[in-house]
Amino acid sequence: MINKIFASFDEAVADIPDGAVIAVECWGYPATPHNLIAALKRKGTKDLTIITHCFIPQVFSEEHAALPAVLLPQMKKLISPIVGIMRLGAGGFVKEYVEKGMEVEIMGHGTLAARLYAGAAGLGGIYDPIGVGTILEEGKEKRVIKGKEYLFQEPLKPDYAFIAGHKVDKLGNLVYRGNYRSDQPVMAMAAKVTIVEVEQIVEVGDIDPEHVITPGIFVDRIVLIPPDGLGTPEKGRAVIDQLTQIESVRDLLFGKAD
Amino acid sequence: MKQRLDRDTMGMRAAKELKDGDCVNLGFGIPTLCALYVPDGVRFETEAGLLGYGRLVMADEIDQADWHYIDASGRFCTPAPGMAIFDVVTSFAMIRSGRLISIMGGFQVSERGDLANWNTGGDALGGTIGGAMDLAVGSRMVIITMEHTTKEGKPRIVKKCTYPLTAKESVDLIVTDLAVIEVTPGGLLLKEVAPGWTADEIQGLTEAELIISPDLKEVEL
Repeated sequence: MINKIFASFDEAVADIPDGAVIAVECWGYPATPHNLIAALKRKGTKDLTIITHCFIPQVFSEEHAALPAVLLPQMKKLISPIVGIMRLGAGGFVKEYVEKGMEVEIMGHGTLAARLYAGAAGLGGIYDPIGVGTILEEGKEKRVIKGKEYLFQEPLKPDYAFIAGHKVDKLGNLVYRGNYRSDQPVMAMAAKVTIVEVEQIVEVGDIDPEHVITPGIFVDRIVLIPPDGLGTPEKGRAVIDQLTQIESVRDLLFGKAD
Repeated sequence: MKQRLDRDTMGMRAAKELKDGDCVNLGFGIPTLCALYVPDGVRFETEAGLLGYGRLVMADEIDQADWHYIDASGRFCTPAPGMAIFDVVTSFAMIRSGRLISIMGGFQVSERGDLANWNTGGDALGGTIGGAMDLAVGSRMVIITMEHTTKEGKPRIVKKCTYPLTAKESVDLIVTDLAVIEVTPGGLLLKEVAPGWTADEIQGLTEAELIISPDLKEVEL
């Protein structure tokens, strides 16, 4: 059996070249492969294209967690449906990098999912009804199919995907938890090399085949999150403590539901 | 006495559109308040991959927050019996196939039901699309809750949106702090007004032309 398990995050990202295109899930603090992101920052890989569900500022200490935004100085391009949070100044935190030449491509979240699926399935692209009549039309081929307008969107085929998993067997069969699943199965399928950081590694046969979400064929590298790793429940508490110190964030996440 | 509806009341009015069996995606802001007033049997969806999640985790319960469950506004929520978990490909099939009702906030709605609710800046960094475009285009019914006028008193219900669009001709119903307005093929139909307000007064604060419903009444909760 091929050994997919890497001893460290640094080794798992060691071959990522400058200019790589990387899909990284992030849904706020959760559903984020913090340790792989931190390793890529340590490595200093340049000219990255980052594809992510949610690109928001890292407002807490990097000792506890690392969002894709910590890679900003290393990025050439960002592809994401969410750049910042409106109430926290929208994409203002990205402006400095855009002025230095970083490109930002925005689109609806469902379009991102469909483009990743197209990349995975070898489709030449998709005709998408989302974005018709909006500024997203700019530069896109428009086509009428059975009386309805669509925009052509190219497939996305990342070189790497960074995945935050819950449990994996040694073949790479992968289970997520809650809405950590989200964009990650399609990112794992679309990428040439998929690297998973995971809370638990088990023996082959220990995961009920009915429960496998991402089959091991899509998982190339596995790293176990150590007790002192980022994004653990203990460090999550520390992040919450820091977030509750920021009034605007506290209201947004934990205040009265408005 | 003439008053504008408060945010809770707007949430309550929008929630009245829902019935047992409906699945609904609630956006940021006033829509989140609808959750408190929906009838039994309504289930909530988040585009990040949950259907049928339970109540939100509030400030005094942060210790109980489970990182794995997050609603459409990025808030911690709780699992509930019957909840389903899925990936985004499945999620956007739900959204785009017209199986969901969407309640979202808005910056502007046009007389044809065009929606602007993601960007006030005019460039990519001025706002956040998230799932809003998919929800506006794909939902079975799109309800927009927003204040009738801006902080400066300018109408939000306009002939033509000046902010970048989220989607063309997508809104079905507008619930504001002054009125309930249905988008019909013939134009905007004023159906309900806040207590004490007249149709003329509402028209005065609305740029688009309103058709006054023959059954015009006070907002019903």
